[in-house]
Amino acid sequence: MDYDAVICFEVHAELDTESKLFCRCSTDSNSQPNTNVCPVCTAQPGALPVLNRKAVEYCVRAGLSLNCTIANHARFARKNYFYPDLPKGYQISQFEFPFCTDGYLEITGDDGNPYYVGIERVHLEEDAGKLLHSSGSLKTSKHSLVDFNRAGVPLIEIVADHTRNPLRSLKEARLYLEKIKQILQYVGVSRCRMETGELRCDANISIRPKGAKEFGDRVEMKNMASFKLVLEALSYEIKRQSEKLQAGETIIQETRMYDEENRVTVPMRSKENAPDYRYFPDPDLVEIDLDREFIKTVTDDTPELPEQKVDRIIKEYGIPKGDAVILTKEKGVSDYFIKCASLCRDRNRASKWIIKELFKLLNAASISIEKCPIIPERFSSLINLLSNGDITDSIGRTVLESMFDTGREPEDIINEKGLKPVQDTGMLREIVNEVIQENPGPVAQIRQGETKPIGYLIGQVMNKTGGRAHPKKTRELIDEGIRE
Amino acid sequence: MELCDRSALDLAKMLKKRDISSREITESVFKRIDEDKGSINAFITLNREAAFKQADMADKKFSSKEKTPLLNGIPIAVKDNICTQQIETTCGSKILKNYIPPYNATVIKKILRDGAVLIGKTNMDEFAMGSSTENSSFGPVLNPLDVERVPGGSSGGSAAAVAAGQTVLAIGSDTGGSIRQPASFCGISGMKPTYGRVSRYGLISYASSLDQIGPLCRTVEDCSVLLNCICGHDENDTTSANITTPDFTEALKKDIKGMRIGLPKEYFVEGLDKNVKSNVMNAVNSLSRQGAEIVDISLPHTKYAISTYYLIATAEASSNLSRYDGVRYGLRTGGDVPDIINMYEKTRSEGFGSEVKRRIMLGTYVLSAGYYDAYYLKAQKARTLIKSDFDKAFEAVDCIVTPTSPSVAFKIGEKIEEPLQMYLVDIYTVSLNLAGLPGISVDCAENGGLPAGLQIIGKPFDEETVLQVAYAYQRIRGEN
Repeated sequence: MDYDAVICFEVHAELDTESKLFCRCSTDSNSQPNTNVCPVCTAQPGALPVLNRKAVEYCVRAGLSLNCTIANHARFARKNYFYPDLPKGYQISQFEFPFCTDGYLEITGDDGNPYYVGIERVHLEEDAGKLLHSSGSLKTSKHSLVDFNRAGVPLIEIVADHTRNPLRSLKEARLYLEKIKQILQYVGVSRCRMETGELRCDANISIRPKGAKEFGDRVEMKNMASFKLVLEALSYEIKRQSEKLQAGETIIQETRMYDEENRVTVPMRSKENAPDYRYFPDPDLVEIDLDREFIKTVTDDTPELPEQKVDRIIKEYGIPKGDAVILTKEKGVSDYFIKCASLCRDRNRASKWIIKELFKLLNAASISIEKCPIIPERFSSLINLLSNGDITDSIGRTVLESMFDTGREPEDIINEKGLKPVQDTGMLREIVNEVIQENPGPVAQIRQGETKPIGYLIGQVMNKTGGRAHPKKTRELIDEGIRE
Repeated sequence: MELCDRSALDLAKMLKKRDISSREITESVFKRIDEDKGSINAFITLNREAAFKQADMADKKFSSKEKTPLLNGIPIAVKDNICTQQIETTCGSKILKNYIPPYNATVIKKILRDGAVLIGKTNMDEFAMGSSTENSSFGPVLNPLDVERVPGGSSGGSAAAVAAGQTVLAIGSDTGGSIRQPASFCGISGMKPTYGRVSRYGLISYASSLDQIGPLCRTVEDCSVLLNCICGHDENDTTSANITTPDFTEALKKDIKGMRIGLPKEYFVEGLDKNVKSNVMNAVNSLSRQGAEIVDISLPHTKYAISTYYLIATAEASSNLSRYDGVRYGLRTGGDVPDIINMYEKTRSEGFGSEVKRRIMLGTYVLSAGYYDAYYLKAQKARTLIKSDFDKAFEAVDCIVTPTSPSVAFKIGEKIEEPLQMYLVDIYTVSLNLAGLPGISVDCAENGGLPAGLQIIGKPFDEETVLQVAYAYQRIRGEN
């Protein structure tokens, strides 16, 4: 029997605010342990939370970008459980009355049509601290250390709605996660670096016979540190559940975690052992009223979404759609391109060189464009040299590589490596004449009106000059030489 | 009369004229404390050395010509659930023994800014849970007027210290009557302001939506002076009200002629001690003779107050007390436990007393899946009804007068084995916390008997009327 998967994500994204959700401590993740702490975020007796307005703005901004309804009244609730990284013994989160509800995210479905994935809610909550174990886990360690720098850092949780267009395949799951990340980065609410835990995701997955309306029993999966692992885990789980059902067994509702090493999911806790979080409204925080004015301000302050940016790049810079989509996939890339576009005459060349050449170097070094050693200004200088015909593409590539290694100006590299184009007309003419004499065949073809062999002749000139002949001038001189 | 037995206002006048020094007052207070040798056990921690330094600083301010606040140089004692930087703050609990807060509560900043002299931290029922101050990990407090009796609670140490001359002023907290009831048992004046009037920042939470800090003093005038100092919006407490604050001492000047005072019939029923009732009625009559109009009113949902209170307060407490887990501060027991769960269990089992455990368990139950709607949610609905009772009543009256507690101070040990009997002691006070209203207790006992409290209840943020009526009554009593 064939099965459909039903996949639902709970995505946590750390908000990019300066200070924590309920105190003024910095959110800097590079600080020494337990330096960004105060009575509030270490839960000293008597300390009280005060809500960070910026975090509310960011949560609402994320909600608007995911087509949610923004609540008029919102509340915080306490989620009670004991864990040593949770200083108060409860997490301040939202339960009833979250800031954003009833949204959707458009992706391209497996059938190639737009598919609107339902989003149940986007709510705001605080992060916990970090534990450092002397070995393995809290259970197995002789002792564990706690760092409260992260305690109280604002998070949004984006909960998909399994009843409204849930994800049906691994491909859709990947598209959904990528798009969530892209949108959050674009509207500037989170940097979404999965490797530093700024983006985390849990997944609910069930399967049902193809075409069935009823949902199967769900398994919740935790502990997946990258998109790749999420997809691996889901893939394993689809297979495991299908085999169970095929064999006439039932799926146990439980929480499982992905064991990276052995590439399997393993049970973490059963439904019966699910904790009772005893949610109730946090009496330390008053109800929050969000008036229309506030929502309008947030809307006005929200940077453009990826789709809007694609349109702008096509219209303003004349970039073909396919390239525009590639350039906007990551916000950092589109920022880089737009900076270059303002400095380059030939924007299409800038775009092509980013996509073809710069990406190659970034991928090989596996670094993000934010950390690219070539600043857009210098990259643009190189593009302009190419556009002027001052250097050839192949020299351009050599220069780019060197720029990537050193971060220096293209002109400096050209001078230093002796890649300066041969512009001396006399010297170039001699070489051109040599080439014309050595290649009577192609010359005759050109004289009969063919254009193709011109390229061949240019190539020969390049060979003799080590690629440094000025391309435009070379062509002019070939034309001249042949006409004579 | 010794300096330590005088009112703050008297002392302020003498200080201003420089007839006496703050050092002399402070000496007088500590002499009284030393004579008592801790037998009433009002304090957990004394702040002797720092207090004399503060007194000397206050005296310096008098000699320099700068304007001095009324509290400058006046001794004050603070309940041990209010955080004081570098001074041990235990909340009456073993679990916080030796805990030194890294910060000052907002009210502490305010009293120190005004030059008050912090005498020490007063004993209390553990985590403010109790009505007799018998639930302290540091031993019970005795009523200085009769050491066989309780001083009331949970601010029993603050009330007893004021009554015994071991301080001039005191600060307490009131979640269900914890300022007013001990004030009534010790024969002093104690006020719970409107919820949100005084910042809770630094007050160790028992039940966040009910807790409020307030003054315990010898006179209503002193209450208004101290309230002036500690009230006001605080950006560190979202639940503190962002409204302007009047000068509460001004309110005392108005007379009460034509004032409409409500007498709720539900507060004068079975269970109310006969003598207390007659004292309260005599007080009401004398207010009437001053020109106040006495109006019979009804607060029909009063009968639900105690159960509503115990559902909401314990629910909040069960969560508020989760932070005492042995991880970051306070007691940690079981160095050799196999895992963290055992550490939690051992620490909390040894650290909390039985009343605290009882309330944590009750509150945890109240919030549990499957019971939340039946208990917590229902209690919230009852709370709304209780509040609307008062709203309706206040359409017809300016304030409401009731007994503070159904009885006078009871004997030590009399109710400690009977939690439900003990809970009923707060029957007249908890409604104000549920409704967020201001209330004061002043002594109305006659003929030298044990003190009995007269409670005056006001509209939200109308402490002025409460103080005005209380002051008028205290003046009548003084004249008699």
